[in-house]
Order: sequence, then C-alpha cells, then structure tokens
Amino acid sequence: MNENSKAKMSIGTEIATMLKSNVRDYAMYIALVVIFIFFGIRTGGLFLSSRNLSDLINQTGYVAVLAIGMTIILIIKHIDLSVGYVAGFLGAVSAILLKAGLNVWVVIPIILCLGIAVGIYQGFLVAKVGVPAFVTTLAGMFIFRGLLSLVTQGTGTIIVSDPTFKALSNGFIPDISSGGSIHILTIIIGVVAVILMTYSQIKSRKNMQKYNFQVSSAPIFVSKIAFITIIIIAIFSMLANYKGIPWTAIVVGTVLFIYNFMLNKTKLGRYIYGIGGNAEAAELSGVNVRKITFFAFASMSMLAALAGILYTSRLSSATPQAGLGFELDAIASSYIGGVSVNGGIGKVTNTIIGALVIMSLTNGMNLMGVDISFQYIVKGAIFILAVAFDVRTRGGRK
Amino acid sequence: MGEIMSDYILEMRNIVKEFPGVKALSNVNFKVKRGEIHCLVGENGAGKSTLMKVLSGVYPYGTYGGDIVYNGNVVQFKSISDSENAGIAIIYQELALIPELSVYENIYFGHEIMEGKVINWNQTIVEASKVLKKVRLNINPSTKIKDLGVGNRQLVEIAKALSKNVKLLILDEPTAALNEDDSENLLDLLRELKEQGVTSIMISHKLKEIVSIADTVTVLRDGSTICSMDAAEQKITEQDIIKYMVGREIENIYPKREKHHDGDVCLDVKNWNVFDQEAGREILHDVNIKVRKGEIVGIAGLMGAGRTEFALSIFGNTPGYKITSGQIFVEGKEKQLKHPRAAMDAGIAYVTEDRKGNGLVLIQDIKYNTTIANLDKLTEGIVINENEEINVANDLKKSIGIKAPSIKQFVGNLSGGNQQKVSLAKWLFVGPKVLILDEPTRGIDVGAKFEIYSLMNRLVEEGMSIIMISSELLEVLGMSDRIYVMSAGTITGEVLAEEATEQKIMAMATRV
Repeated sequence: MNENSKAKMSIGTEIATMLKSNVRDYAMYIALVVIFIFFGIRTGGLFLSSRNLSDLINQTGYVAVLAIGMTIILIIKHIDLSVGYVAGFLGAVSAILLKAGLNVWVVIPIILCLGIAVGIYQGFLVAKVGVPAFVTTLAGMFIFRGLLSLVTQGTGTIIVSDPTFKALSNGFIPDISSGGSIHILTIIIGVVAVILMTYSQIKSRKNMQKYNFQVSSAPIFVSKIAFITIIIIAIFSMLANYKGIPWTAIVVGTVLFIYNFMLNKTKLGRYIYGIGGNAEAAELSGVNVRKITFFAFASMSMLAALAGILYTSRLSSATPQAGLGFELDAIASSYIGGVSVNGGIGKVTNTIIGALVIMSLTNGMNLMGVDISFQYIVKGAIFILAVAFDVRTRGGRK
Repeated sequence: MGEIMSDYILEMRNIVKEFPGVKALSNVNFKVKRGEIHCLVGENGAGKSTLMKVLSGVYPYGTYGGDIVYNGNVVQFKSISDSENAGIAIIYQELALIPELSVYENIYFGHEIMEGKVINWNQTIVEASKVLKKVRLNINPSTKIKDLGVGNRQLVEIAKALSKNVKLLILDEPTAALNEDDSENLLDLLRELKEQGVTSIMISHKLKEIVSIADTVTVLRDGSTICSMDAAEQKITEQDIIKYMVGREIENIYPKREKHHDGDVCLDVKNWNVFDQEAGREILHDVNIKVRKGEIVGIAGLMGAGRTEFALSIFGNTPGYKITSGQIFVEGKEKQLKHPRAAMDAGIAYVTEDRKGNGLVLIQDIKYNTTIANLDKLTEGIVINENEEINVANDLKKSIGIKAPSIKQFVGNLSGGNQQKVSLAKWLFVGPKVLILDEPTRGIDVGAKFEIYSLMNRLVEEGMSIIMISSELLEVLGMSDRIYVMSAGTITGEVLAEEATEQKIMAMATRV
C-alpha cells in the first residue's frame, strides 16, 4: 500500500522533499565539500594529497573525541568549558609518567581514570550541588590551566620518546604484505566496510517496509548506496596510497561506535535525549536525571583525557600551551554537526563531520600560511554562522 | 463603506490562512457586535487560536487572505503592536507576566508612564491602583506576580489591557486554569466591562459558562464557520453547541459504567504530612485516602487545595517538599517511594496535569514517548529491541485511538487530545495498579474527552484503580465511584457518587 502511494510521487519531487526535510544535514556536507574544493584550489592540490588528508585525520583525532563527549553534554543542555585544559593537563601528566619510566599501557588507563575523576568532581558540582555547568567548568578551565602550568613550570615542554605512545597519533596500521606501494590491508578493510554498510542499509530498509514506514524509492535508495560506496572507496584508496589507516582513525572509530551505539540502542541513550527534550518529563517518567547528568560529565572528562593523550602523542611532547581553544573547536564541531542549541537533538556521527569541517579549516589555513590571529577570526565567524543557520532552519519546530 | 458607523466593531471576511500542507482557515466569516460578549467555540484544531492570531497581527497582513474590518475600516495589522494601538488586546492561556516584577511594573510594562526621560513610578502606582480597582482586585500593587495565584494573575492581565484603553478584549480560555469561584468572578468582571463598553471575545471549552455569559456564540469546525447563534433570538443550550462543534449529537458526555465499592483496597495512604521547604509551611496535613481495585476515585477541590502536590508526593517526586510523616500501602504492603522510579515499581503511575510542561518530550515522536517510561520491558541485555518497540507503540496507538499518520509523528505537532492520549499510552505501557490522572481532560475537546472517559471505564473494568483529580465538578460527579474533597491541604469530605451533588462538594471544598 505504501509502495503504491510512493510510486505516484515522481523521483523529482521525492528528491525535492528529501532535500527540503534534511536541509540541515546536507548543508554540513556541502560546507565540507566547498571547503575541500576551496583549499584544493588555493593550495594547488596540496590540500587534497593523500599525505595531507592522512595528516588531516591525525589532526582531527583529539577534536573528534572531545566533540563526541561534548555532543552529549550539549544534548542535555549543559556545557563544558574545561575540556581544553583538562586535556592539556592530563596530556602533560601522561608525558611526565612516561618520562618517569612507566609503561605506556599503564599510563593510558591511569590517565583515563584521572579523567573520570575530574568528571566526577565536576559532575558532582553540577548534578548534586546544583552549580550551573557554565560556572563549574569555567572555574575548571582556570583550575586545570593552573595545574598545567604548574606541572610544566620546571621543565617547560616535556618530550615524549615512547614509540608506541607516539604512534597513536602519528602511526599507521601495519600491512599484511610488505613491499608494495599500495596498503593491502587498508583496501581489504575498505571493501569490508562497503559490504557491511550495504548489508545494514538493506536490512534496515526491509525492516522499515515490514512496518509500513515510508522508505525512499528503489532508484533513490540504490543511488544513495552507490554514492556512499564511492565515498568509502575514495577515502580508503586515498589512505592506501599513502601509509594506510592511521591509528587515530581506529581510536576515534572505536569511540564513535561505542557512543553511537549507546545513544541509539540503549536506555541510557534514550534518557539522554529525553532529558534534553524535557528534563521534568523525563524525571516523572522514572529517569534519574541527576545520575545521567553525572555520567555525562564523567564521560566528557574521560574523553578529554583521551584527547589529551592523542594531542600529546601528535606533538610527541606536552607543552604549557596545550589545550588553548579546544573547547571552542569541540563545541563548534557539535553545533556544525547539527546538535540543537535548545538541546535534545544531535548525533555523534554528524558531530564527526562537524569536527572534520573545523579541522579542515585549520589545516587548510595552515597550508595557505594564514596568520594565526586571522585563523581565530575565521573560526569564530564560521561557528556563529553555523549556529545562526541552525537556529533559523529549526525555527518551525521549537 | 465607512460612512455609517457600523453596528459591528469587528468583521472578519472570508479569512483564509494556510500553513505548509494544511489549510487552517478556509473562508471564515466572523462578526462581533459592539459591546457584546462573543464566545468562540470549537474542538481543538478547529482554528480558533489561528483566527485570533490573524486578528491580533501575530500572522501579519499579507500572510492570510480576506479582510479585517475594524470600526468600519479595513485594517492591515503588521504586528501585535499595530493591533494593540488600535485597542485590541489578547490574553493568552499562558500568561505573559514577569513573575519577579511587581503588579504595577507588570501592568505598565511596555507602555510606561514617563516624565521626560524617566519613569514616573509614583504616578504608575496611582494609575495601577485605579485599574486594579476596575478589575476588583484588592491587592497591594507592589505585590510580586509570583506571589499571586493563577486567578489573580489573570485579573492583572486584564488590568494591563484596560490600562492600554482596550476596546476589544480577546481571552483565550481564560478560565481553563481557574477554580469555580475564580471563574465566576472573572465572568462577572467581563459582564461589568461590557457595561463600560468593552467588547469581549472569549474562547472557551467550558460550555456551561458560555451558555451563561454569551450574547453570541460562533462555532468553528475544521477551519470553517459552522454557525453563529444570537442569545437574544434563540435560547442557546449546551447540546446545541456540542452538536455544531462535533457535527453529531452526544447524548451522554459521561459513558455509563456499573459503579461498585467492594474491591480489595489497592492503595492506602495514611496520615500523610508534607512540608514545603521553600514556602516554609506544611502543605498537606494528615491526608488519608483508600483506593479499591476497579474503582475510580475522584479528588475534587479548588485550585491550591493541594491535590497535585498530594499526587506528586505519593509518586515520589518532591522537589522542595519534605514528607514529614505518613505511610503508603500498596496491596497491603508498606512502600518507601523516594523517586518516581520506585513508585512505578510499586505499581503507581501519574499522568500530569501539564502534559507539555512535564509530561511529554515534544521534540520526540509518539513511539519514543510511548515507551520511555518502561524501556526495561523492551531491553534485551543492554540493547533496546526496536522491532518490539514499534509493535508496542503501534498497538497502543490503535487501542487508545491516537490520531496521527504514524508513530513517527512528532508529539509537538499533535492536538491537545492526541497528546493526552500519548501520555496515557506511556503509562498504560507501564501497566500500573493505580493510575493517577491529574486533570485528564483539561484543554481538550469534547470528542477526545469522551474517548478518554471510555478508556478510563475500560481500564477499571480490567481491574486497574484510578485516582482522578479534576477541577470540573461535573466530570468528577460523572466519572467517579467515590469522591474525596480536598481543601487547604486536608481531606474535608468523602462521598459516594450516588449521594454526591455539586452543592455538597462545593460546600466541602470551601470548608477549611
């Protein structure tokens, strides 16, 4: 019955309605494409080289991780301004511990636990004491900035020499056969990704049809699959052309998978959206709002710790300046990725695209040699534009 | 056209208003005589509020079709301030007062009395006292709005309109949140204003008060004018209005059910005392109630009697309150209910009086809202079984009669009646032993009311117990097996439905 009514709608009108109802999502992809083309042209193709795009992924890692945590914080209508210096401070602590001779596999869990401890402290203030998150984390920003300069005071920049730790944000997965210029394992993973994506798309479409929900028509569906396939193949062959999949991508991918699963498939995720949509209604539906707020802050600071590890690894050193402006990048990534300023709406998968947009700007401007002061202005302007666009396009559905 | 001062202060001619995909108003004609009280009725979604928004300039000139003729001239309001300048004031259900400011500051907010470049506060207070007298509100103008009850806030809104020299006063369900006393008081005030030459348009769902006050009643249905009845020409009855509103006759608003009082006691609350820490006073004193299996127990009372506070406190939601003493027994076992989750586990559910405020997540769909309170039932391991969830939501949508294209419809886009049904669906999925309904039919239309009453009957026949808190006496009388009356935080009476009358209940409700 559904198919019949669909058949009457021409493909043209279907595309039109699809564009109209998803204008928010498409804008983000269009922005990314425009940025890629712009920098591609302005840098004479350098921006689009395999090497630079691999770099871009490595650079985006820490922001992506922060932005995933921030998405949850913003969905439940809070904010965390402390993430930058929490990352900076804990990154420095990791460098100190490594320098003291601790094994990298001991250092990483310690740092993540310290992150959780920071989150418990801030979560306690917000959820139990009732201090607004803005105030709690603004104070946190100062406290951890102070702690960062305290631990780096004597030494200045702390160099990290552990090869495993450095590989986290600079290394690539090994290949199964050595010697060739093409990274074989990367290609294989890419093909597997395409198969998995196609399978899950077909499965979910069949399921939708089973329950008589509206699905896109067959030609649209097929072209969508083909389009995504091309994108995946393009990304993986680009990576295979250089050194393969960066470890950062594996780390971010894992975090993304866990958080996406949590938000979409578990009670916890439902409750997070419920609290953002209407906290009082959630409470009266039996949701423990305080407990979940607590969790969100603990998770945020743990991810900040992970971001600190990635950033320190990326620079192979901890600096007294680490963490400056990370919170803006994370918040901007979330908003560009479609988190609603009013809370209750947002996807971590889109947040990753938001993070790519932000870091492409940084990367591209660096390649072009744009002065850092000008970079701040551009980023701030893009941030405001994204939020203003979001507020306008969501106007009808307050 | 404008040569002769017309008999009508307002004529809206062939008004058409379209939203993407929906025609909200199609060729509505609406004429209001000078100096009358004109009631505008219709089911939710009939177009009443849209029509008033067209009139007041919320939807500016150019976004609708047709003409508005006001005082004999075609007017083109581009904003609310245009219509206000012309002497039209609209008072919404959600009042637009600022709680932290005083009454006089609120009355003159936006049109301050100036002396040169500064506000003349002394003059403001004097003028505010005058308009407060006009609305017969005997309070200190320096009182903060947050310290006033809903009824008095409503009067302050009207005082604010009068201070702007209003000629045409529009009230959107002014008595929806008022108890019977305050409602009567407000209606009297409208009659007085009429004597002083103020024309009023009142949107209301309360047919009894419409019949008592209206000079003319216009009925809208599905975005069109159905009829306009003049009380001077014909006697308007509630049955007439209902007939035009729904397009069919409803013989009985309250569906019949066998009343019984012999089930086992399901919920027993003993010596319940609650202290409000913010206000610093006890708000519930020694409340005792019993609810039997398969029974509908009504809790009647005036606004502020403590009924909602009582319900929330036994449901385990007590922001700012402290339960000082008391016991709850569910099926004979004593329970400690510290959080709504604990109350739900004990078999108690609470459907709020404020579905938009603390009942539903409006930006989520029907499916989400239906299952949010009982995801445990759908969770296997840590994963929610989404197919099962879809089945559950579809079944409940069908059995309760939620009118929407699919369970993926956003709840914020539904009408009040359908939103209320989604609230009910949520709690039916929890499957409680005792269902507390707080004002279950507030702000919803006659047709949906009937469906909700029928559903209540079905549930008690299946063995559920229902506590119904309601400010509508007829509803309490029509639906309950047994009625408790609350006043000033205590139970002042208990009466079987067969023996209850409006007079008896009112007497108990006003006993302190």
